[in-house]
Amino acid sequence: MTAGGAIRAAAIVRLTSVAKTFANGVRALDGVDLSIAPGEFVSLLGPSGCGKSTILRLVAGLSSPSAGAVTLGGSPEEAARIRREIGFVFQEPTLMPWATVAANVGMALKLRHVPHREVQDRVAEALALVGLDSFAKAYPRQLSGGMKMRVSIARALVARPKLLLLDEPFAALDEITRFRLNDDLVRLWHEFRWTVLFVTHSVFESVYLSSRVLVMSPRPGRVVRDMAIPDAGRSEAWRMSPEYNALAREVSLALHAAMAEAA
Amino acid sequence: MRRTALLSVLVPVGVLALTVLAWHLVVTLGDVETYDLPAPALVVETLFRDWSILGPALWVTLKLTFTALALAVVGGVALAVLMAQSRWIALALYPYAVILQVTPVVALAPIIVTRIPDTQTALLVLAFVVAFFPILTNTAQGLRSVDHNLRDWFDLNGAGRLRRLWHLEAPSALPYFLTGLRIAGGIALIAAVVAEFAAGSSGAGSGLAFRLFEAQYRLNTPRVFAALLLLAITGVAIFALTSLLSAWALRNWHESAVPRDR
Repeated sequence: MTAGGAIRAAAIVRLTSVAKTFANGVRALDGVDLSIAPGEFVSLLGPSGCGKSTILRLVAGLSSPSAGAVTLGGSPEEAARIRREIGFVFQEPTLMPWATVAANVGMALKLRHVPHREVQDRVAEALALVGLDSFAKAYPRQLSGGMKMRVSIARALVARPKLLLLDEPFAALDEITRFRLNDDLVRLWHEFRWTVLFVTHSVFESVYLSSRVLVMSPRPGRVVRDMAIPDAGRSEAWRMSPEYNALAREVSLALHAAMAEAA
Repeated sequence: MRRTALLSVLVPVGVLALTVLAWHLVVTLGDVETYDLPAPALVVETLFRDWSILGPALWVTLKLTFTALALAVVGGVALAVLMAQSRWIALALYPYAVILQVTPVVALAPIIVTRIPDTQTALLVLAFVVAFFPILTNTAQGLRSVDHNLRDWFDLNGAGRLRRLWHLEAPSALPYFLTGLRIAGGIALIAAVVAEFAAGSSGAGSGLAFRLFEAQYRLNTPRVFAALLLLAITGVAIFALTSLLSAWALRNWHESAVPRDR
């Protein structure tokens, strides 16, 4: 069930035999190979500390591999362009507390030298996408955890990213909020078709959201299973369906196998 | 809510009134000599009667304090920003800032006063040296306390050093800087007074500290107390001013300045 050769050739993100050892000697990743085609929604699923977040940081260029190669697109020019068009959502909302919601979202454009008028329009548009139009003037401390996360997502979307990197963005939220944000994310992905790399430790979340799930082994992390998820139209009904549950079961078994193998 | 607000004014004012009353009673009933302890009414009376001497002296001290504070803000912030740019600059400069800070201003005063011919300039240098340090250390700490993820986010969005400083590091450091300013405001006044004592400036251009010293020498205790009262009021005013500035600057976002709903 691995992705075919045609997809590999057109990969937007590719990691080849990537290893990462930190200064304190921790081997976070070893022999990671993966490639992501444009428009895919790929989940990286694995236990805590398996180096999922490290992969995101490597792709974003916030960190460099100890061995192997991280390539974006087909050429160095394309890599530079893609790197400028990365939207990154952290585990925490990571907002500037001194700035309003609108200013937080707008900063992504301001730093890209977008003219002021255009910033206003695009911020309004991005806030509408996440259902926060009426909170533009609020400060982060006035918002709930879920709303802060929506602002963080709007901030990633406003720059119209080609590649969206999400680092367990919903891990700290309650289940109801989490389901709603999952649905929002799926809806937006269907609308904009960015390439998404989504880090999670939730089996159900990964199966619900993704077009592909990569299961990782514990430290040093490695991709041990690559599963395609059929697009059955994400909905509440699908979440209840036997097909969905069968897929979740299969992913779950793969995760357990990976952990047992390491132990 | 209204009641708490009213009480929070009434309680300290009431205690102050009782203290002054007790002072008054001790002096009048206890038959205390004026040169030991003047009555509160006499202190206030002296303050008005001697205003032609104390007023200009207050003005000199205020000018000295605020000029030193302004220079300390400019110098402290500039050096903190410089030190935040490079660990090596920080390592090279920080020891001197510490040495200046730990050396008592009284010990430093004679050396500086004898080397700078203009006394007011010498006093300014002394007050500056003292006020500068809390602003430097607090601002430097603030610049280092930027959220790591936000820093990464700014990098990802292609912010250069200058824009990161302006849009991220400066606002992050603002609460720390304001704490430094509150401390510096208080000790700038103390330093101005101590420096003047140590330097022993006199004549037309002398400040409150000299007038206090002079009155003490002449056993004019009411005037000593009047000068003391002026210094205390000035100190409280500086503290109130810097606290208000801090609360105003942080009103929208910082935990220290945001009222809590219950």
